[in-house]
Amino acid sequence: MKIKKLVVAFCSGLVLGAFSIVPAMAADESDPNKEQFIPVLTYKTGPFAAGGSGFAGGMEDYMTLLNNRDGGINGIKLVWEECDYGYNTERGVECYERLKGKGLKGAPVFQPLSTGVTYALLERAAADKITLIFLGYGRTDATQGRVFPWGFPAVTNYWNQSTTKLAFIAQQEGGFDKLKGMKIVNLHLKHPYGIETIPVWNAMAAKFGFEVTHIPVPWPGIDQKSLWLQIRKIQPNYVINRNWGISCTVPLKEAARIGFPSDHIIGVWWCGAEEDAIPAGAAAKGYITSAFHGTGTDFPVIQDIFQHVYGVMKGNIAMTRVGSVYYLRGISAGIITTEVIRKAQEKYGVGPISGEEFRWAMENLDLTAERIAELGATNVVPPFKITCDDHEGGGATFFQQWDGSGWKKITDWIQPLDDITRPMIEASAAKYAEEKGITPRSGMSMGTDCG
Amino acid sequence: MLYRETGQFKTSYKGDMAIFTIRQDRWALIAVLVFVVIGVPLIASQHVIAGYLVPFLIWSLAAIGLNILTGYTGQLSLGHGAFMAVGAYSAYNLASRVPELPIILVFLLAGLIAAVFGILVGSPSLRIKGFYLAVATLAAQFFVEWVFATYPWFVGGAASMVIDTPPMDIFGYRISSHLDNYYLVAGFVVVGALFAKNLVRSEIGRAWMAIRDMDVAAEVIGIRPLYTKLSAFAVSSFYGGVAGALYAFCYVKSVDFTAFDLFVSLKVLFMVIIGGMGSILGCFLGAAFIVILPIVLNEIAHLFAGQVPSALLTNLEHMIFGGLIIFFLIVEPHGLARLWTTMKEKLRLWPFPH
Repeated sequence: MKIKKLVVAFCSGLVLGAFSIVPAMAADESDPNKEQFIPVLTYKTGPFAAGGSGFAGGMEDYMTLLNNRDGGINGIKLVWEECDYGYNTERGVECYERLKGKGLKGAPVFQPLSTGVTYALLERAAADKITLIFLGYGRTDATQGRVFPWGFPAVTNYWNQSTTKLAFIAQQEGGFDKLKGMKIVNLHLKHPYGIETIPVWNAMAAKFGFEVTHIPVPWPGIDQKSLWLQIRKIQPNYVINRNWGISCTVPLKEAARIGFPSDHIIGVWWCGAEEDAIPAGAAAKGYITSAFHGTGTDFPVIQDIFQHVYGVMKGNIAMTRVGSVYYLRGISAGIITTEVIRKAQEKYGVGPISGEEFRWAMENLDLTAERIAELGATNVVPPFKITCDDHEGGGATFFQQWDGSGWKKITDWIQPLDDITRPMIEASAAKYAEEKGITPRSGMSMGTDCG
Repeated sequence: MLYRETGQFKTSYKGDMAIFTIRQDRWALIAVLVFVVIGVPLIASQHVIAGYLVPFLIWSLAAIGLNILTGYTGQLSLGHGAFMAVGAYSAYNLASRVPELPIILVFLLAGLIAAVFGILVGSPSLRIKGFYLAVATLAAQFFVEWVFATYPWFVGGAASMVIDTPPMDIFGYRISSHLDNYYLVAGFVVVGALFAKNLVRSEIGRAWMAIRDMDVAAEVIGIRPLYTKLSAFAVSSFYGGVAGALYAFCYVKSVDFTAFDLFVSLKVLFMVIIGGMGSILGCFLGAAFIVILPIVLNEIAHLFAGQVPSALLTNLEHMIFGGLIIFFLIVEPHGLARLWTTMKEKLRLWPFPH
């Protein structure tokens, strides 16, 4: 009889649940011809929730700002739906399948926010004619847009970022010739994301005559004691911190333990957020990471968000996190997405944009410093220009240092070493094209289609 | 009423030994098969096929594999993810290095390679039993992850250690749409499930169950433990290997060494436990529970979007899912398949239970 009661309780719970859904479904009617659907893949659960929630919050706040302040893009309201996949590739693919058909013309663009999901989606998105933007992550060889028409590692990719780190080290040491004989440890997460830069470090080590040791951090990287014993033995000049989530913070504490100077740890930008530095306490002071946007709330666009979004209680994240690194990365993703939509509307008319139209606009995007200033977003997103051959568009990064309470920009923009990365990108893209039977496109850039 | 077997007499040994002895069951099975082949493409959307059905079928196949080992033979394994990984990586290497091989043969060969690996992993099972064997299979899990993360040869030299599966052709027809992938997976699952069902009813299946129930007694009546246990490992990892290959080729299409980690092994084990140990139907029910239910919960939760903070929506999914696991394990510790059997027994007597 107990079981019966349980079953009854369960069923009545289901029925009650179903009833409470009804009001949500009967939400106010809207005109699909006046709406642009944008999918938001995120992870607000799991070990990387800090990055996922900050990014989604920033992106949604920016879209809310456009809706509230300007009435959308040329009168087209932005609507979005979140899908939380917990950084699990399988669920990420399901999220893509769930959201790709929403909106009048389907989803024009996806930002997977995970290297694994990006790899898994590249082929699907090409088949579905949906653009993928992977802002500052892999896969790197998608920079060659003739082989990857639908993939955009916009602003900067991992290989170029690694070369800017070396250029920064050279700058600190007083020239590239000083690199000879140096020891650098590439401490990377044992994950496709962490492994991706190994070849470029090997290539640079061969060219500049320094010694690089790749030390993999076992997933999820909470315990790195033995690795740091190994590092103490090597006595490197610099340690590259290429981790994600909690594994970014651990090296700072371990370095303090063995007395390794924190300003000789150079982090990837996914290890360069407040959430990575604050838990390490005093050990984080002096820690340096690369970055492609500033932090803080002193930007006109953030002030507008305070006024038009948080002022009317429509914020998508805790207000204390506004202005943090991941939040601003979300803002930059929002700016890029909406600027591409604006560009597509110029050519295809004001209305919802399809994946193909988005792709054309993305491939012809020239986000200038003037336009960024107009948006009130100088230093929130760097200027960049996409072409058929270059789906990255920028490549320059700067470096920031943790002063104990916030990130301070310590260098100017540093240009990547294209002469090292470009041939590697070409070779990798050519290999992909051969494996998949893709004929690289040969059309001309700007204004016309890439073919 | 509907489910009454009055008048159905078994007049031959063949009839007595059929998988489904009751006519209504046979009709139901045919209806399910017709639905799988004709119904699904007619009514299911792309999202349902690609997001629900394909992964559901693949995980069902993986669960059948583990159920043969754990449910029928009683050998607890935490290495099923490793067998799936071996299958996926073997299939990739076969398909990309020997492009002449037909893709179906590639999957079967990948299954065989996984089976050989399974025999290797299972060989200590003669000496070590129960939880100790589980730890031994755990070693296989970590070993396989390490191999595929360390040696670029297995991934065709890709810098990021990620494999992109090559395109698939069957008799010149390119498998491209979600429906193509679905049919390919469904074909493997239907044949695989039928084969498994008959296998466990055969001599070897009875030997497996004898070993599970009491290995000493089984040995006394003349069942060779070595052959029986290793054959269970082989068949189990064959299914795991084929499922892994299908997962790589027909679902994600891009696999790295983190795709088949310990959580995958545990996930399949949960499917078997929740679905029902020693039941082929339970594999499907368990896979549906573990794979489809969280997605459905997530979608239901999103109907509340805008009214509830978004972080709470995903946590709701985890909370309700966890609650349901506990609920079903309390209601029926023997799994969903047992619930189904109980229901059938009740229906046969309904409306006059005695």
